[in-house]
Amino acid sequence: MSTNHETVPFDEAMTRYEPIIGLEVHVELGTKSKMFCSCATTFGAAPNTQVCPVCLGLPGSMPVLNRVAVESTIRIGLALNCEIATWCRFARKNYFYPDMPKDYQVSQYDEPLCTNGWLDVTVATDDGPQVVRVEIERVHMEEDTGKLTHAGGATGRIHGADYSLVDYNRAGIPLIEIVTKTVVGTGALAPAVARAYVTELRDVMRALGVSDVRMEEGSLRCDANLSLNKPGAGWGTRSETKNVNSLRSVERAVHSEIERQAAVLDGGGRVIQETRHFHEDTGRSTSGRSKEQAEDYRYFPEPDLVPIAPSRTWVEELRATLPEVPSVKRARLQSAWGINEFELATLVNAGAVELVEASIAAGVDASAARKWWTGELLRVANERGVELADLPVTVSQIARVEALIADGSLNDKLARQVFEGVLAGEGDVDMVIAQRGLAVVSDDGALLVAIDEALAAQPDVAEKIKSGKIQAAGAIVGAVMKTTKGQADAAKVRELLLERLGVSE
Amino acid sequence: MTHAAADLIRQPARVLAAAICEGEVSSVEVTKAHLARIAEVDGQVHAFLQVTAEAALETAHLVDEKRGSGRKLGVLAGVPIAVKDVLTMRGVPTTCGSRILEGWRPPYDSTVVARLRAADMVILGKTNMDEFAMGSSTEHSAYGPTHNPWDLDRIPGGSGGGSAAALAAFEAPLAIGTDTGGSIRQPAAVTGTVGVKPTYGGVSRYGLVALASSLDQAGPCARSVMDAALLHSVIAGYDPRDSTSIDAPVPDVVAAATRADVRGLRIGLVKELSGEGYQPGVLQRFTEAVEILQGLGAEVVEVSCPNFDYALGAYYLILPSEASSNLARFDGMRYGLRVGDDGSNSVEQVMSLSREAGFGAEVKRRIMLGTYALSSGYYDAYYGQAQKVRTLITRDFNAAFAKADVLISPTTPTTAFKIGEKVDDPLAMYLNDIATIPVNLAGNCAMSLPVGLSPADHLPVGLQIMAPPMADDRLYLVGSALESALTDSWGHLLIEEVPNL
Repeated sequence: MSTNHETVPFDEAMTRYEPIIGLEVHVELGTKSKMFCSCATTFGAAPNTQVCPVCLGLPGSMPVLNRVAVESTIRIGLALNCEIATWCRFARKNYFYPDMPKDYQVSQYDEPLCTNGWLDVTVATDDGPQVVRVEIERVHMEEDTGKLTHAGGATGRIHGADYSLVDYNRAGIPLIEIVTKTVVGTGALAPAVARAYVTELRDVMRALGVSDVRMEEGSLRCDANLSLNKPGAGWGTRSETKNVNSLRSVERAVHSEIERQAAVLDGGGRVIQETRHFHEDTGRSTSGRSKEQAEDYRYFPEPDLVPIAPSRTWVEELRATLPEVPSVKRARLQSAWGINEFELATLVNAGAVELVEASIAAGVDASAARKWWTGELLRVANERGVELADLPVTVSQIARVEALIADGSLNDKLARQVFEGVLAGEGDVDMVIAQRGLAVVSDDGALLVAIDEALAAQPDVAEKIKSGKIQAAGAIVGAVMKTTKGQADAAKVRELLLERLGVSE
Repeated sequence: MTHAAADLIRQPARVLAAAICEGEVSSVEVTKAHLARIAEVDGQVHAFLQVTAEAALETAHLVDEKRGSGRKLGVLAGVPIAVKDVLTMRGVPTTCGSRILEGWRPPYDSTVVARLRAADMVILGKTNMDEFAMGSSTEHSAYGPTHNPWDLDRIPGGSGGGSAAALAAFEAPLAIGTDTGGSIRQPAAVTGTVGVKPTYGGVSRYGLVALASSLDQAGPCARSVMDAALLHSVIAGYDPRDSTSIDAPVPDVVAAATRADVRGLRIGLVKELSGEGYQPGVLQRFTEAVEILQGLGAEVVEVSCPNFDYALGAYYLILPSEASSNLARFDGMRYGLRVGDDGSNSVEQVMSLSREAGFGAEVKRRIMLGTYALSSGYYDAYYGQAQKVRTLITRDFNAAFAKADVLISPTTPTTAFKIGEKVDDPLAMYLNDIATIPVNLAGNCAMSLPVGLSPADHLPVGLQIMAPPMADDRLYLVGSALESALTDSWGHLLIEEVPNL
């Protein structure tokens, strides 16, 4: 067997081989109850507290299909441009393993609910963004298994463990498996395409509201299949890399597997059909279960469930509920808000898109909305370690502050202090302004006194301005702002100053 | 009605229910009489695996209290019943006749048991059966065979031999059976009792430990057609916990049993379910019954169901296939028997050792058959073909039901055979169900009722009535008419002729 550590540098590998990728993504649906029973699906509950005779597979128990799970799957299929089956069934996948209460998994086999779709993803290249269409073979439903924890032993894996514990809370949670067709012709972009695909898929799931798609909690899991094609020699054997638990890891896993397989092939070796485990820390994978001997799962139609035959009326009703496709939405927002891809990415990463949209709907100017959410408010959210959306500030509060800035009652500095107060729980916008005394000084008389004081303190600057060096006005304005503790409208101060000195712009 | 225990145990359930309702006898008295009978004869019969005497008396007491307080009682309130040990009952061991489930106490009630409880019926205990309902004699029970009250050296049928024998031995007036290929009807036939396999989906399977999910169906076992109808009406009906359960009104089986009229009804004799392989004594009683039906005004026609010849073959591919998967969960990990867990064996080895020790030979045989039939490369030739045969059998039924309102045949080719006679010959054993299997494959309904003793061995002969899906009422219409004509000629129900134990 080839070692795990010999690799060929990626760029070099790309000169000889063409990567072929296939991605299998499992998404845990965010339904309130499990796939076939009414048990709760809350993440992180005490072991074996969300179980019943059905999801424990007790003798005599029978599954009853969760309608919301079917609905979510159809919506996913539609969002991924799939055909929705008019009639399909579940099957039993038979194999013995202690994390499966029935020693078979209820899954869809040769009759998936959704087939033949696609998803366009965008990757950055030296020649600008490039759109790649990833074709989707199928989207099907299955039940999740329980979770094994192997205690003792060095690896935390089943081999060498002293004993194992099993938690069936996860058993029976609805899972959706989305399988791509083989993605060919992406060359050196393959790792980036893999990442972009999973990212886009995550955004689609989020937009649909069907899952919380948290890779770190396992509600979105990606298995990356990869083989190398040596032009003229035909497609190679594929490996399947599991334990890929972040978007970054998707890219790294494909990248490192290309380097590994290239080394095996360069050395005259044979790539083994196997499952590999990716390690976040090293960025490399190790060999797992061999799949050379294909396991016989003895699939047959699940006799305890009736076929699913979604009516076309229902499918069309669901189609009508589809949200805007994330990529289309991004293009629309870029154009509407006059921002580039990078600026939009900042908003997306900050989780600010919906907040900005809502702020605009509440009457806030687009650039102001972006400024607040990705500036001051994001800073505070990061400081507090919370999601932007979880900050105790509302879009109507932002709208109110912006209105006060527009009529000159607040300036930017005061506005920040208002938000500081709001975030500290001091009350609503106007209450914070009143309590902190944050109104802009708009009394011209008071401002002129301050201006005269500043001019007297800096006579040389006053001369410069008079002689036409208007840019020197900043020093005086700054001094005035200081005396007024920032509670003046800087533009107003500047206007009064130039008038005082008889200078025009 | 007198209160002597010896009389109480021989009363029809309908009569007991009325007497309890009227306050002529208490449910506690009726229950005690049956518990005493069980204590007296079950050592010889071995119909029960578990007698829940305390719980039964407690329920009986509550029913009496309920009556005393003037609250309304259900049609069979206070009447004792025995339940086949394949249905879960909260807190009571459920073994399915297998070692592998020894000690398992289900934390939940099957829907059938829940409905019996809701009807204020008194559950006496759990009855013996072939392991996981695989067999036609109860000899495959891991807890020893049940004996036929007509002749203790003979089998009471199977897999539900315990339920049928309990009725024939007057240990219970009613029982629940399950029928995958004849496990209610064949025991009924060989014990001189009545058994009904309702339409598939007519009675909830929730809590019925599955043998073959697409064939299994629970149903009523009784000593008369009317008693079966009353029990049928208690347990049948839609259950949201069973996806395959039919969401439609239950056919009015009690009204049909009351009407008992076959005038103008077309009765089809199935050509393929007669003749070769059927004992002359069985055929003789069957023919006489047909003549009685004609005499009652029914029109008898012959129908042909050519694909029934393939039913047994298809059945022994579909059943083992589903069973191999249904029985996978018995792996020693979560409940029941666990063998080899001494730290030296892996999970796989413990699973393997537990299954090796926990399953009997017939179960292993069928798991292996099913595993093979579902294997990649063989699936199409075996499971796939069997499903096609199933479709053809359904079409045969449809065609036959276009010509006849019900179909009839002998229930079994033979009367009860001797214990030990066929236990080592699986194929001979499988042939017992040749006439009952087509109904399970097509999912419609059927009844077996006694039509006399075979002149050859003086053992009961059963006649099978088959009706279309959700026309269960026709079974009772015909069964009740025939039963009443027969009992008029005998002066009593056939079961009255069972020898004293």
